[in-house]
Amino acid sequence: MMTPASRILRTVPRENAFYFFTSIGNYTGESATSLEEFVKKVKEVNVKSLEFHLYRGDFEKWASQTLEDKDLAEKIRNLHSLNLAGDSLRDQLYFTASKRYEKLRSELHE
Amino acid sequence: MKNQAMVLDGLDLKILQALQENAKQTYTEIGSQLSVAHSTVYDRIKRMEEQGIIKKYTTLLDLEKVGMKQITAIMTVFTDPKESDNVAMRLSHFKEVLEVSTSLSEELLIIAKVAAENQERLHSFIAQSIAPLPGVLRIRTSIITKKYKEQGFLVEKR
Repeated sequence: MMTPASRILRTVPRENAFYFFTSIGNYTGESATSLEEFVKKVKEVNVKSLEFHLYRGDFEKWASQTLEDKDLAEKIRNLHSLNLAGDSLRDQLYFTASKRYEKLRSELHE
Repeated sequence: MKNQAMVLDGLDLKILQALQENAKQTYTEIGSQLSVAHSTVYDRIKRMEEQGIIKKYTTLLDLEKVGMKQITAIMTVFTDPKESDNVAMRLSHFKEVLEVSTSLSEELLIIAKVAAENQERLHSFIAQSIAPLPGVLRIRTSIITKKYKEQGFLVEKR
């Protein structure tokens, strides 16, 4: 049986991946099919893509509806009020997602 | 024989031009413009339909007047060359996709004309239906803001 942590950390089908765009209809070619991959991609993708998705609410929607991680969704939603942009946004989003990933990984081993 | 051009004479071309200007004209109307019998016009049109020269008759709508708001965009899809045909075929099946063509510039590209109710619907369609297709490497989309001309290629009278 899947624990909540293992469910959130699973790899989702390609059609449910997160696809990184820089603006309406402009796909970067980068996608993530798991939280682990998402954390890696946050470090690498064009920062314009992070700005585009954060303020549209796309990250929290994917975390909540696809990964089924309400906790991560709320943490990402809280970033909106900081009005971050550029590398500060990347650093903060990476910190938020990687910390959550590490916590879930540790829960798997308890 | 599939790609061989059919031989058309001057009258065929004049009939085609008349149809391109207004496909609702009767055989009699076209015949009187061209000084030929309506039965001749009928025979020529029938033959060109059977030969696939006339592919279909369609209707150009002013969607704003029927209360349907719509945006159109030109989408360039960069693909893995091995998957390009598959991607083009898959794109062709979506009702949102109006035209699909391939182009070889520096890379193999698929160029498609896409329509949606608004920008958000357009984005959802591309993100949920096009980006996940195997072989899609990246996508560039330009939303059309103003159209200056829309017309098919017109045959010329000889």
